[in-house]
Amino acid sequence: MPQARRSPRQLVDSALTGDRRALARLISLLESNTQAAAECVAHLHPRAGRAAIVGVTGAPGTGKSTLVNELAKAFRRRGRTVGVIAVDPTSPFSGGAILGDRIRMRDLSGDDGVFIRSMATRGSLGGLARATADVACALDAAGFAIVLIETVGAGQSEVDIARTADSVLVVEAPGLGDEVQAIKAGILEIADVLVVNKADREGAENTVRALQAMLDLGAAPRAARHHGQVMDVADSSSPADDDQAPAWRPPIVKTVAVEGKGIDELAGAIDRHQAHLAASSEGAARRRQRAAAELDAILRETLLERLRQQVGRVGLDGVVDRVASREIDPYTAARSLIDG
Amino acid sequence: MDRKIRVLIAKPGLDGHDRGAKVIARALRDAGMEVIYTGLRQTPEMVAEAALQEDVDVVGLSILSGAHMTLVPRVVELLKQKGLDDVLVFVGGIIPDEDVAPLKALGVRGIFGPGANTTEVARFIVEQVESA
Repeated sequence: MPQARRSPRQLVDSALTGDRRALARLISLLESNTQAAAECVAHLHPRAGRAAIVGVTGAPGTGKSTLVNELAKAFRRRGRTVGVIAVDPTSPFSGGAILGDRIRMRDLSGDDGVFIRSMATRGSLGGLARATADVACALDAAGFAIVLIETVGAGQSEVDIARTADSVLVVEAPGLGDEVQAIKAGILEIADVLVVNKADREGAENTVRALQAMLDLGAAPRAARHHGQVMDVADSSSPADDDQAPAWRPPIVKTVAVEGKGIDELAGAIDRHQAHLAASSEGAARRRQRAAAELDAILRETLLERLRQQVGRVGLDGVVDRVASREIDPYTAARSLIDG
Repeated sequence: MDRKIRVLIAKPGLDGHDRGAKVIARALRDAGMEVIYTGLRQTPEMVAEAALQEDVDVVGLSILSGAHMTLVPRVVELLKQKGLDDVLVFVGGIIPDEDVAPLKALGVRGIFGPGANTTEVARFIVEQVESA
């Protein structure tokens, strides 16, 4: 098994000076969640923050991978380098995964301005892997101007991407009967740009109209409830008062990704959203929210790990047995474990 | 440390028969590995670059076109050029007996023909990677 023979510091330094092999190994290390991974992030974090992190989410079959492929080409034509993170699910049964997003990204091969990495979720449920934010940080620090993150694409409850990306693209396609699904899942609330892909198909106009109607419904309080359940906007950015820029209304962009149609418009919409973030207080609010979410996740993981070590495997098993036999309830058990 | 075995399954060359590659990909997933499947008609350059970016432990090449004596040496050479000498390479497909020895001499560690037992392929990979 290839091992990182270099120290985390050396690995980061090599990765950040254009050594692609070191970058690939660094990403593996970040995925492995060890002390060394934490040390790498400590070196990466101060050197990141320049890239535009763009999330691409949507139901399976809407054409996310093809869209990412075309978007990457469009940004390359504009002279910008592109990192791609493509997330696919880990099988809950075997712990293995088939990562197939590269199939649609073959056009990007042979270009040193592009780096593609497939990631398995490894048990995470929100559409991303635990280490996705760290890997985006590594690509950012390595100098990629755009980082495209393609989520698993369960189509529902994939709000993790809103906590990881600056701009979120929600991809729909005609004929998937998606309208009600979209309302139900709250996936539209996280969209900064709505994409109707496969727009040459019958029903594309209906999909556009449905999305338009939904945007109209939500238009008034939009800025305030942006990223409603996850974003604490009340104190940081009251939309109208201190903000010069008008509230962002997600544009709806029609694309036919397999033919490359609408892609330049889509890249333009992403650039406009990035400019909006920079010009309004929303960019700073999002960065803060992202920092809070990252810290929260790390605290949770660290505290749980610390508790596990304190209690020990045997102790924990004993408590599990007592809960299973209904001797005590899980809340009381948890409290007694924490309070010691 | 929850490092998973990462495997690239690639189909270099022009034949369109990807059934074997898909069967292997699935079997390795079921054995707990992360399998990057790149699809049809890959050039050796694409295979080596994907192996590098994905930091794989293993590259599996599926070739049914008869062009293995051209494609495999090229992939192995490119992997070496990129510093990926420690990556385990195995080949699946239609490989005549007389080509087995030359391929092994190139550094190919496993060759699996039609009817190969997928569980054995998975076990072979685990053993090879763990002993490396």
